[in-house]
Amino acid sequence: MIRETRLVFVRALRPMLRNPTVIVFGLSQPLLYLVLFGPLLGSVGGASGSSWQWFVPGLLVQLSLFGTAYAGFSLIPEIRSGVVERMRVTPVSRTALLFGRVLKDVLVLVVQAALLTAAATLFGFRASVWVVLLGLVLIGVLGVAVGAASYALALKLRQEYAFAPVLASTVIPLMLLSGVLLPMDRGPGWLYGLSRANPLAYVVEGERALMAADLGGRALTGGLVAVALVAVCASWGVRTFHRENA
Amino acid sequence: MIKARGLARRFQLKGSTVDAVRGVDLDVDAGELVGFLGPNGAGKTTTLRMLTTLLRPTEGEATVAGRDLRTDPAGVRRRIGYVAQGTGAGMDQRVGDELVHQGELYGLTSTKARAKAGWLLDQLDLAGLADRDAASLSGGQRRRLDIAMGIVHEPALLFLDEPSTGMDPQSRSNLWDHIRALRDDLGATVFLTTHYLDEADALCDRVLIIDNGRLVAQGTPDELKNQVADPARPDRPTLDDVFLTLTGRALRDPAA
Ligand SMILES: Nc1ncnc2c1ncn2[C@@H]1O[C@H](COP(=O)(O)OP(=O)(O)OP(=O)(O)O)[C@@H](O)[C@H]1O
Ligand SMILES: [Mg+2]
Repeated sequence: MIRETRLVFVRALRPMLRNPTVIVFGLSQPLLYLVLFGPLLGSVGGASGSSWQWFVPGLLVQLSLFGTAYAGFSLIPEIRSGVVERMRVTPVSRTALLFGRVLKDVLVLVVQAALLTAAATLFGFRASVWVVLLGLVLIGVLGVAVGAASYALALKLRQEYAFAPVLASTVIPLMLLSGVLLPMDRGPGWLYGLSRANPLAYVVEGERALMAADLGGRALTGGLVAVALVAVCASWGVRTFHRENA
Repeated sequence: MIKARGLARRFQLKGSTVDAVRGVDLDVDAGELVGFLGPNGAGKTTTLRMLTTLLRPTEGEATVAGRDLRTDPAGVRRRIGYVAQGTGAGMDQRVGDELVHQGELYGLTSTKARAKAGWLLDQLDLAGLADRDAASLSGGQRRRLDIAMGIVHEPALLFLDEPSTGMDPQSRSNLWDHIRALRDDLGATVFLTTHYLDEADALCDRVLIIDNGRLVAQGTPDELKNQVADPARPDRPTLDDVFLTLTGRALRDPAA
């Protein structure tokens, strides 16, 4: 199965390797947030430290969400043209068919996240290398969950016109309620309450704690929530890839 | 090699149901080359999709290549090849990469897959195209790539859904030679659909005709021709005549 996943992964990666500028273009959105929104934040992070220490981890989570939530789009032309069906007739495990693709998106995500973090240091963001590595692991894990869900959804909806609105109406509230852009506890109680129901909010807090080299409860909660999301989304994804006519 | 009993598939659409296949019994022996004919919408592709594990039958059962379709679909997949009616190559992938990858998905080592792919590209007249994107191929070239991907792992049982659509006469007769060689040299069993009755006549040991989801006739091309021979007419019937008589419909109505 590792061999099969690697085969699917390499195939998915090939077009991108031949056209690596796509990776950089995928960075334009978080870079714009970094440059055009970050400086507005002042010092929301609390008394000590610059707002960058608070903002950049959230931005990485946002990158992870947007970077992998749209992954399913690449599957739709392959569903339509019969590529997915051809692969479903091969003896390759359905899990490999899904995870080979997901891992490609996660690799791209991690490369982008590293580039974004490097860019952030130009603005005054500071973190040690091992802390950044831990942070990248966490958003990579989140990326696996979101990517698997995205492919499952694409396989179910099969049409861009159906996939795009469902995606937008899920991803935007998840992002807004995660506290990526502003601290949620500054809002009214009901909004804060809603954000507590959003698993991403815990991942964002965990990422912030990690990047502050605080490996306590928040980091642990964030990590556990991300792993739980992987378990849920991956089993949904694998089940969808198993189903006939999908 | 194939044994199916009462195979049926019903599609539920909004407000209506389509009985695409209504109880088909099939027996295909190892080494046979069988043609599956029928008008558009008769249920050929649906039957093939059931036999290749892509579609769960609503009723009936089948053993395909010695494995039970319902209980061991993975076992079926390991033993068959399938060239679907539509294309199967990723448009942003290179022709050679895609073919090698397909071999590897079936468990060939990368060296073996590479050698086999090179040989097949050569045989199917695609040799110069290995480094091109699949999107840049012409319709007939793409179809030949589909064929190559279906046989790269030398399956014991091969399903072909309208394999020669869009091919020029040379490519088509080249394809026929290939299919015959698969059977004669490798002992493969081949089950193919086609709308070209000359193709069925030239290639197939046996022909099954399906109409409206049911098998309406089967036999060797000669048996079927004898069946519809009209003593009042001096000329011998062709497979076209068989088809028109049995299905009551023209494949390509010249007046249409
Ligand atoms: N996924 C589906 N949902 C609903 N109806 C379907 C579906 N697939 C096929 N059908 C219907 O089932 C019937 C049989 O279709 P099928 O594709 O098996 O025909 P075919 O014999 O392969 O025809 P052709 O020669 O045009 O390829 C048709 O009426 C078709 O509209
Ligand atoms: Mg068909």
